[in-house]
Amino acid sequence: MDLIVGQLFTGLSTGSILLLAALGLSLTFGQMGVINMAHGEFIMAGCYTAYVVQQAVGDAGVSLLIALPLGFAVGGAMGLVLETLLIRHLYHRPLDTLLVTFGVGLILQQVARDVFGAPAVNVTVPEFLRGGVDLLGTTVPKTRLFIMALAVVAVAAVTLVLRLTPAGRRIRAVVGNRDLAETAGISSRTVDAGTFFIGSGLAGVAGVALTLIGSTSPTTGQSYLVDAFLVVVAGGLGRIKGAVVAAVALGTLQAVFETYSTASLAKVGVFIVIVVFLQLRPQGLFTLRTRSLA
Amino acid sequence: MSKFLQSRLGAWTGFAAAAIGLFAVAPLIMSGFRLGLFAQFICYAIVAVGIGLAWGRGGMLTLGQGVYFGMGAYLMAMHLKMADAEFRNGPGAVPDFMELAGVRELPAYWVPFASPAFTVAAILVLPTAVAVLLGLAVFKRRVKGAYFAILSQALAGAFAIFLIGQQTLGGFNGLSYFRYFFGFAINDPVNQQMLYFIAAGVLLAVVAVSLQLRRSRYGELLVAVRDSEERVRFLGYDSANIKVVAYAVAALFASVAGALFVPVVGIISPASIGIVPSIMFILGVAIGGRGTLLGPVIGALAVAWAQTTLSEQFPSAWTYAQGLLFVVVIALLPGGISSIPALARRIRVKNRPEPVEATA
Amino acid sequence: MPHRFKRRSGPTARALVASAAVVFTAAATAACGARAGEEAAAAESCLDTSGDTIKVGALNSLSGTMAISETTVRDSIYLAVEEINAAGGVLDKEIEIVAEDGASEPVVFAEKAEKLIREDCVAAVFGGWTSASRKAMLPVFEDNDSLLYYPVQYEGLEASENIFYTGATTNQQIIPALDYLAETGVESLYLVGSDYVFPRTANAIINAYAEAHGIEVLGEDYVTLGSTEFSTIVQQVNAAGADAVFNTLNGDSNVAFFREYTNVGLTPEDMPVMSVSIAEEEVGGIGIENIEGQLAAWNYYQTVESETNTAFVDAFKAEYGSERVTSDPMEAAYNSVHLWAATVEAAESFAVDDVQEAAGGIAFDGPEGTVVIDGDNNHVSKTARIGEISADGLLYTVWESEGPIEPDPFLDGYDWAADLKVTD
Repeated sequence: MDLIVGQLFTGLSTGSILLLAALGLSLTFGQMGVINMAHGEFIMAGCYTAYVVQQAVGDAGVSLLIALPLGFAVGGAMGLVLETLLIRHLYHRPLDTLLVTFGVGLILQQVARDVFGAPAVNVTVPEFLRGGVDLLGTTVPKTRLFIMALAVVAVAAVTLVLRLTPAGRRIRAVVGNRDLAETAGISSRTVDAGTFFIGSGLAGVAGVALTLIGSTSPTTGQSYLVDAFLVVVAGGLGRIKGAVVAAVALGTLQAVFETYSTASLAKVGVFIVIVVFLQLRPQGLFTLRTRSLA
Repeated sequence: MSKFLQSRLGAWTGFAAAAIGLFAVAPLIMSGFRLGLFAQFICYAIVAVGIGLAWGRGGMLTLGQGVYFGMGAYLMAMHLKMADAEFRNGPGAVPDFMELAGVRELPAYWVPFASPAFTVAAILVLPTAVAVLLGLAVFKRRVKGAYFAILSQALAGAFAIFLIGQQTLGGFNGLSYFRYFFGFAINDPVNQQMLYFIAAGVLLAVVAVSLQLRRSRYGELLVAVRDSEERVRFLGYDSANIKVVAYAVAALFASVAGALFVPVVGIISPASIGIVPSIMFILGVAIGGRGTLLGPVIGALAVAWAQTTLSEQFPSAWTYAQGLLFVVVIALLPGGISSIPALARRIRVKNRPEPVEATA
Repeated sequence: MPHRFKRRSGPTARALVASAAVVFTAAATAACGARAGEEAAAAESCLDTSGDTIKVGALNSLSGTMAISETTVRDSIYLAVEEINAAGGVLDKEIEIVAEDGASEPVVFAEKAEKLIREDCVAAVFGGWTSASRKAMLPVFEDNDSLLYYPVQYEGLEASENIFYTGATTNQQIIPALDYLAETGVESLYLVGSDYVFPRTANAIINAYAEAHGIEVLGEDYVTLGSTEFSTIVQQVNAAGADAVFNTLNGDSNVAFFREYTNVGLTPEDMPVMSVSIAEEEVGGIGIENIEGQLAAWNYYQTVESETNTAFVDAFKAEYGSERVTSDPMEAAYNSVHLWAATVEAAESFAVDDVQEAAGGIAFDGPEGTVVIDGDNNHVSKTARIGEISADGLLYTVWESEGPIEPDPFLDGYDWAADLKVTD
């Protein structure tokens, strides 16, 4: 019983971390078919935002509350710059965008190394998130509960924005059919920039949250990136609910594999499951029906 | 000029010049150490030729060539370790690194690698077979573009992690300390030069195969699939099969390169085949010109040379340079340096610009 | 069939393949060097001892993931060289450092080592960190008959004439750590490590030790190098309820592990963690609140009380800034330069054969105490120390061995380790 609860919890927890890292990616990938390899470095930027704010403010609790919105702004701003300067000009070459953003990621990593130094820096966990809560016989760290809650809030916020606001309606219109949306008078350019801002901002938020459980170093973002991509691929292009289900499923899968074999084999197992899964559903869990042939 | 290069005579002349350069000039002007380095770069160039075919001609951005490179390398390394152990302690001996890891019994899957013939066959067949199976699984289901790129990248990551977990394959440290290459002492400078000749010969052969493929009807189909897969399908071809062939050939080239890399460099470890090294293979191809025959070769050699030379002086600047190269070359010069003469000519003539070759 | 696809020059290309094959086989059979069993003509050393300076190599990762640790080692190598030069050099020659970047990749280490030996003609090379980098360099140093001074604790089971190991081998770090735990009444252990050679070898030794000393090993888990997901493992550790955890994790994984460990409410009082890869440098990144009171096993801490250490720490801080800390691998690297210089002085020669000949018994009074080269295995004797991590981020010795421990890389002196030994 304990073990099952523990695994379920670990799956949810790992899943929510994956989800935070992948949510913004899913948004930008779905919207523009653009793979942003610098997404991991936006996460890293969020981590360092948390660090800098904590250095300035001192109190860990207050600084976390400041860092969350600020991380969103920092990540979003970086995304906006990247979109305007580079990605915008490469819309018809999605694979090239992948490589270009990889280059951007390399540069950002080295910048972090030169500015903050190569060793990991410490972001103190606020007092109210330290320790654990006893839940059905296992101890659950509060930081992980916080991250789960944050993931739920982020998903809810994105869903609400997409469903209820005029901006969200425009985003959905462009995802559905870019040309038709243009014809209807929507500036796909502005919408793209907006989507990229939100998507990258979410990476920044993820970065701030991840300082609670992981290390903050120039390579932090990289370690989450491939898993985040797999979530997006398995979840289906541009489907938020796909990303949610895929993230939790992959998290649980990883946790189960890890309990019964080694962590290394767990990674390989997850990969095999995804390839087999794509055999069954090549477009991911939830397919967006479009009339595009591509 | 370009007409000449496409002609029969041009191809012969080019090959003769390259052969003279590689076999006669390079050994004369380079020290033994530099020649060894050059052999290592040539291994990267062989991988690049395959990527040029799959990505440049076929439009498949394969971010996981490290997998096939690693397969070839590990298969060769297993044979070399077996041969060393046999030479020291007789047939069936356990390779030294396993003894250190506490393995007393030779694992069953190692046994056939005592045979040189089996090893060479495995290097040629196994990675190709894996590529065919994976290619069929992926392309038949029309997984393509970014999805394929990410899957191939995840494959490289998973493969590296898998190898790190295998203590009977040397784990994180990988396999190293090879004494003999098919009976020849590796530390003898004469044999090291021979390894260079073999690598250079393989490079020429690989380029020739690539040229043959490009000029065949298959090559035309491959480009057609890249530019408009639906139309090729509507014409009655199975586009998946066409892609699988290019992907498998690229895998084969990478595997052969890996197999040569092991005796040349003396070590193979998961660090050389993971996600980042796999993407780095792409850089040279992009810089040289992905769609051209020789662009990938020149690009790969240039990047490897620049890395060695520049990183000696400015380790941190080299990372910036790498990043910038990715950004600048791919964003502004998608045809790579091979496209510069054509671009210059176009600007000079001030003709109506031709449509840029679609490469995505 | 569509006729538009013309075969433009298939036959030519096929002929090219054939001719390439011919060229290739011709070249391959043209000349052959030594075959198996024959003595290969070893590359001649190009070491030049005629000038006023003598070159040595410093080969550390200045870029990539290992740069964090290895740049600190490079700093202490430079410090030692400056000290020696200020005191008149070696055999009256000034030492000149040729620095190279290993880029955290074994292949680059092998390549740069060969460059240092064959192009720069250095007398010795200092550096390397991961076992992978050392394994990659080993054949290069043996084939070119040159010298490497390797400054990091490692998994043992190796002894090359061309490598001097100035960090601890297992009987100078792991076994004393186990002795200490056993002394303090630990009866069960949980092993957590990164998935590579050092943790696996260390845990093999721990298992053998535990069996011989009646300690129960309740679990053994490995994570991928660099992994930051510890939810499952820490839950298992918590559920197992061992007396102590033996931690061989490396790098960033330690940060995530200790955070998770603290967050599920585990403390050094209920379940202490003994770490072998956490030194002064790493404490800051983990966060002192997550690791205060935990244990580490090394041979040197910045807080070791001795005059030589005070001088070393002061000199280091004066050179590189007062916020910098000194750690075990840095100290071992510092010692290695001094040991090389002392050996050269004793041999009155820079030649590799003479240095190898003279090395046995060479002593240096280092910050950790006196270290002596063991001529049989090229390791050095070292004092083992268990340290506790304190609130100021430094480690303080809570236990130390009675004098330096002789190196025993193959654990020949331990009966219970018989099964671990190489059979030949």
